[in-house]
Amino acid sequence: MFLLRLLLKNAFRHQLRTGLTLIGLVVAICAFGLLRTIVDAWYAGVEASSSTRLVTRSSISLTFQLPLNYAQRIRAVEGVRAISWANWFGGVYITERNFFPQFAIDPASYLALYPEYVIADADRLAFLRDRQGAVVGRGLASKFGWQVGDPIPLRGTIYPGTWTFTLRAIYDGADAKTDENQMFVHWAFINESLRQTARQRADAVGVYIVGIDEPNNAALISQRIDTLFANSLAETLSETEKAFQLSFVSMSEAILVAIQAVSLIIIVIIMAVMANTMTMTARERLAEYATLKALGFPPGFVVGLLYGESLLIAGLGGVLGVAATLPLSAAFAQATGTLFPVFQLSALTMGLQLLAAAIVGLVAAAWPAWRMSRIDIVDGLRHVA
Amino acid sequence: MSTDPVPPLIRIRGLSKGYRRGGQVIPVLLDLDMDVATGEFVALMGPSGSGKSTLLNLIAGIDKPSAGTIEIGGVDIAELSEGELADWRAANVGFVFQFYNLLPVLSAQDNVALPLLLTSLSSRERAERARVVLRLVGLSDRADHMPNELSGGQQQRVAIARALVSDPLLIVADEPTGDLDRVTGEEILGLLERLVVEMGKTIVMVTHDPKAAAHARRLVHLEKGVLVDEVGA
Repeated sequence: MFLLRLLLKNAFRHQLRTGLTLIGLVVAICAFGLLRTIVDAWYAGVEASSSTRLVTRSSISLTFQLPLNYAQRIRAVEGVRAISWANWFGGVYITERNFFPQFAIDPASYLALYPEYVIADADRLAFLRDRQGAVVGRGLASKFGWQVGDPIPLRGTIYPGTWTFTLRAIYDGADAKTDENQMFVHWAFINESLRQTARQRADAVGVYIVGIDEPNNAALISQRIDTLFANSLAETLSETEKAFQLSFVSMSEAILVAIQAVSLIIIVIIMAVMANTMTMTARERLAEYATLKALGFPPGFVVGLLYGESLLIAGLGGVLGVAATLPLSAAFAQATGTLFPVFQLSALTMGLQLLAAAIVGLVAAAWPAWRMSRIDIVDGLRHVA
Repeated sequence: MSTDPVPPLIRIRGLSKGYRRGGQVIPVLLDLDMDVATGEFVALMGPSGSGKSTLLNLIAGIDKPSAGTIEIGGVDIAELSEGELADWRAANVGFVFQFYNLLPVLSAQDNVALPLLLTSLSSRERAERARVVLRLVGLSDRADHMPNELSGGQQQRVAIARALVSDPLLIVADEPTGDLDRVTGEEILGLLERLVVEMGKTIVMVTHDPKAAAHARRLVHLEKGVLVDEVGA
């Protein structure tokens, strides 16, 4: 208790200096947390992917579509328990700034493969029955103030024309990782229109979602599917949903590496600032530490005082930094809209923030503690005089 | 029937100390012998550079001699390791510095109780003992004051209380009145005298001031590292 009181009083002996150091720490820990959350958000799709789902697409490119009749053949592959499909719709809601992902899906089979989209039974039925119906995530509905029954007009970019869908259901994510910023419409409704307006584009599928019975067989089943269509006009590439999502993330890998590097550089910078604070502190208290040693306190006591003070300041900065990151990340998520499907400060990131603060505290005190443990008592006492 | 003579508390023999400066050894103390009996109040005097502070530091165990022995209470402290020396100082030496050297963030009572952290006393016992010693130096009403709320004389009383609290064999005082006015200095010297007379403490004090030295029972003059004169031995 006595020592804790001493540490607290020492830490706030120079209130301005400690205050400025704390501000620096809070900003650095906050920035570290936000940048890590951005990286996490990038990987949100990967994290949310299921190990029991494969994605089969054209081996040439995602922009090339596959024939609808592949569905029956894939369904017959050993180890496949379900199949569905989806097309990227790519519509614009009022303006391009309102971007959010839209998929044309085969509703019954698709929703069966994605139990993480939780929809009330009555709403699900309403969506299934209405070919012009749509289902959106709770986040998206909140953002645009949509309610069930509202019409949602989208200007098509891939499928020309204005498409008006009726919102029939709003889904909730089963957990925090689930993307609640998507919209799903009936693939059959789009396809029907294409049959009338652009027949050559009809009956085509962007990706097949393949439900498998055993995650360990994912590679084998993928191989079986791709072998099935080898040397055909539309060869396939099958991979786990995680690998599929990672292929998108890898496109921005350089940016992610840069963001991660910046987050670490920020910590290194604050480490230097904190080390400077602790070095100044130690130098100013040279005579006090010499006095303590003269009184019989071992060098470890002086080291403990410096480490204790450094960890106290860093710990306080860390806790305040985490506390500040929570509202800031919420504001950031609000400001970026649907750019990141899931933008949430994770427990792991908060833990890393506190760990970073602790490391800053430990490293910052290392040099002054080592020096003060070795000070010559006579020289130290002379310092005061 | 014969009685053995009482051995001195401090027994210094052949003490030399030199400092290395740029490859050269500068001698500060040269082959010094000195005894201090228990309950003595010794003033070390001499011009600047005479080695009086070095001698005090050696006696206090915060510096190591180049040669010779320093036996205090039968222990040759020159032979002790750094760790043993720290333990020895905690148990046997009380320090009074010219600039008091109190921790500015601790109250008078906490400053006094500080050396007791090295003992097995409980926090309640430490506080009680600190209060008793503060009463002894006449500062019981200032126990909760911070050093910057005390006058120089009061701060030096707190420092003396801190030196006394662990009931050491020896008190070393380096210019204890050097930062005080004449009247306050006299009060402090009076207090030190009381410690010798009433509590039987042994005090070795360094001072430039002959009036301060006059309070001691014995004056030791050093010049260029050797004892040149002793008065009142």
